[in-house]
Parts: sequence; structure tokens; C-alpha cells
Amino acid sequence: MLKHIGEYLLLMKQVFSKPEKKKILLSQIMREFDSIGVDSLVIVMIISLFMGAVTALQLAFNLSGNPVVPTYTIGYATRETIVLEFSPTIVCLILAGKIGSRIASEIGTMRVTEQIDALEIMGINSANYLIQPKIIASLIIIPVLIAISMFLAILGGWLAGIFTGLFTSHDYIYGIQSWYHTYEIVYAFEKTFCFAFIISSVSGYFGYITKGGALEVGQASTKAVVNSSILIIIFNLILTQLLLA
Amino acid sequence: MIEVRNISKSFKNTEILKNISIKFEKGKNNLIIGQSGSGKTVLMKSIVGLHNVDKGEIFFDGQPFLIMNDKQKKKIRREIGMLFQGSALFDYMTVEENVMFPITMFTNQSLEEKLERVNFCLSRVDLENANKLYPSELSGGMKKRVAIARAISMNPKYLFCDEPNSGLDPRTASIIDDLIAELTEEFQTTTIINTHDMNSVLKIGDNIAFIYKGELCWQGNKTEILNTDNEKLNSFVFATELTKRLK
Repeated sequence: MLKHIGEYLLLMKQVFSKPEKKKILLSQIMREFDSIGVDSLVIVMIISLFMGAVTALQLAFNLSGNPVVPTYTIGYATRETIVLEFSPTIVCLILAGKIGSRIASEIGTMRVTEQIDALEIMGINSANYLIQPKIIASLIIIPVLIAISMFLAILGGWLAGIFTGLFTSHDYIYGIQSWYHTYEIVYAFEKTFCFAFIISSVSGYFGYITKGGALEVGQASTKAVVNSSILIIIFNLILTQLLLA
Repeated sequence: MIEVRNISKSFKNTEILKNISIKFEKGKNNLIIGQSGSGKTVLMKSIVGLHNVDKGEIFFDGQPFLIMNDKQKKKIRREIGMLFQGSALFDYMTVEENVMFPITMFTNQSLEEKLERVNFCLSRVDLENANKLYPSELSGGMKKRVAIARAISMNPKYLFCDEPNSGLDPRTASIIDDLIAELTEEFQTTTIINTHDMNSVLKIGDNIAFIYKGELCWQGNKTEILNTDNEKLNSFVFATELTKRLK
């Protein structure tokens, strides 16, 4: 494990060296926006909409008939669940699977088919050329996906109320506006930035160190997803303790 | 000219290259031959710096490569063109983008200038109409030719070809051999070719180095190779039915 940490840190030193050409870096980042962001949009939208709806329905089920807790609490609790945990953590775990496996398998395939060697022979810093644009693009586009996820999950909760009649639109909207603290959004996006970095850099690392053939590319992809997910869970706890305690 | 002196390389506890010294001449096709697993690819990758050698020296036109700093090594590498065994074309780029890639990375040429150079390189390898195709749409021989076009796009001083004929039919392999030989003569590159294809050896082998189990076993040219007394080389050269009949 220490070997992996050491190799990861050395790779990051290579990744964050000066790029060969800023214009090429920009075009690479734009390409990654498409493959990391646009390609993940549909899954994020579907999951968020349905998870928001389910969260609101479960809260409504638990609170129904309770004379003490007002109905607008459903909106408030749905918002808190989504903003604090569901969107930044659970959606990032899903993205670790979606984006992490793609990054690791793409770079791993380039390694085993000698495309990375070809870059090195040309005198190009391959780690910088391949991984840096993915990290930068992830740091920009994943927070955007999470913002969309938050909006759609809250919308999903509202739609669930409208269609089932378990709570009124007025109560839900009143609830999601209650006891609002801007810091909760700041906390959510601080976590998201950290998780975006973990997903892209850890997956990039496991792809980059791939040796062998197709089997090893698959293994690298699995390792990238498993390790990114574990790190997200661990850093979720650490960041929550540091930022909210 | 490229010179390697007393190169040794081990992986874990297995010695792959044992004290190898060879001179590769400019404007000549310098062939490294040997059985699969003899260390040819390791030697080539050690020369270009993809593997770190355990001991020895490597000189590119008299400049000691191994003791250079990263900046100096990068400068040398930009004078190297390499054709990999599997072509190593970038999958997400078209043929045109693949060939243009080194030019875009290392020059400030306009798009027109770059396209002119790309079209010249593609015409040299007889691929005038393949600009917009992706590597997945090309045959094995076409991929090799695109890889050669990319390798020569920056006018390299040193051309490395790792098994340029592997997986190709005899006719396509012969075309690739002719192409490499023509380019070597035209651009006066120091060309190093790894191969175990005897057709290539007999056709373009100006200088031949035979590697056997990591050791340099024999050196000569395409005429001398047929009349050698070296038993290990003879068993390699005359292993096929065709060469046996030739003998």
C-alpha cells in the first residue's frame, strides 16, 4: 500500500508539471468535458430525479399522521438529505464507477498498446498530457453535475408529492426554504471538489501503471473504481468531521 | 550514428541483456535479429530510454544519452521517430491527426503548413486518401504505414522500427521494408530495425547484429549472414524451409 501511495504522489508530481502547450491542454479539457460531463449527464439526471422522489415519499410515509411534526418538514428533510449527502457523496460514488472505470480503461489500454510509449518517445510528458486534462475537467464538470443533481432530486421530491398527494406543493416548497444555511452548499461543494480529484487522479493512476494485456486493463478498471469508492467514503467522514463538527 | 557500449539490463533476477556493444551507422538499415525473447525489444527500448539500463553507455552522435538531464533527453527524443510493433496509433485521432500530432506539439506552424507536411508524409507511404479515417478502420499494413508517416513527420535523425513486419502478409511486409529502406536513404537517418523476418534480413540488412539469449553473438551484413560458420546464427537463419532450400 505504501508503494502505491509513493508511486501515486510521484505520478501527481509529473501530472502537475507545466504542460507542453496550453492550447493543446485546453482542447484536451474540452474533449474531457464531453466524455466526463455530457456522457454522465443522463445517468445523473435519472438517478437524482428518482432518488429525490423516493426520499420525499419515505419521509412522507414516516411522518404521516404524526401530530407533532409539521408536513413541511418533508421538504426540509429532503433538501438536507440531498444537499448534504445524496448529491455530493452518493452521486460521486456512482460517478466513480462511471468515470473512474472509463479513465482507467482508456489510459490502461493506451499503456498496453504502447501509445504511452509513443508519447514518451516523442519527448512528451505522458502523465501530464493524459491525466492533467482529466483532473482539471473533473474538477470543473463534476460540481456542475452535482448542482444539476441537487436541483433534480429536490424537483423529484416535489413531483412525488404532486402525483401521490401525500403532501402539498406549498408545504414542500415552504419546507425546502426553511432553516437554510448557505454553508451547507459550501460544504457540499468542498466535498465534491475533493471527490472529483479522487475519482480522476486515482483512476488515472491505476490506468497509468497497467502492465500486461486486456485482462490487466479490466483489473485496473476494477481497482480504480474500488479504491476511488473507498477513498470517497473515508474522505467523506474526514471532511464532515472537519467542516461540520 | 548511435553507439551502445556494454549495455546490461535485468528484470527482477533475470539478466535480459548481457554486456552488449554495437554501433549503428547513419544512412544504413541496422538490423537487430534474434529469436523471440532474445532481448531485441528490450535493447531497442533501452536505447530510446523507455527502459533504464543497469550499466553501460549510449551515444547519439557522440552525445552520452544516459547522463543527460530531462531537457537534453527530450531534445534527443524529438529527433527520434519510432514505429512500434502494434503501430501505437492514437485511437481517438484520425490518420491526419495522428501524423499531425508531433508537428502540433513541437512547432508553431499554421494549419496549412501542418496539412502540407501531413499530406507529404502520407503520400510518401502511399496513403493519400486516408486522412479522415480512424485507426480502427485501417488494415494492419495501413496502420504500419500511418505509423511510419507519423515517425517521419518531424524529419527524425534516428528511426527505430520494432518488428515492422509482424502480422503482415509477405507482399505487404516487403512493401514496408522497401519503404523503410527508401526513407533511410532519402533522409539519411540512423535506422535500427528489430526483426526475425529473414526476408527483411536478406533484403535490407546493411548491418546485422544477431542477439542470442541477451548476448551479441554475431555482426555482419546480408551477404555475410549466408556464409557464416556461427552455429547459433545458422540454426536461426536456416530454420525455415525457404532458407534451407536457399542454402
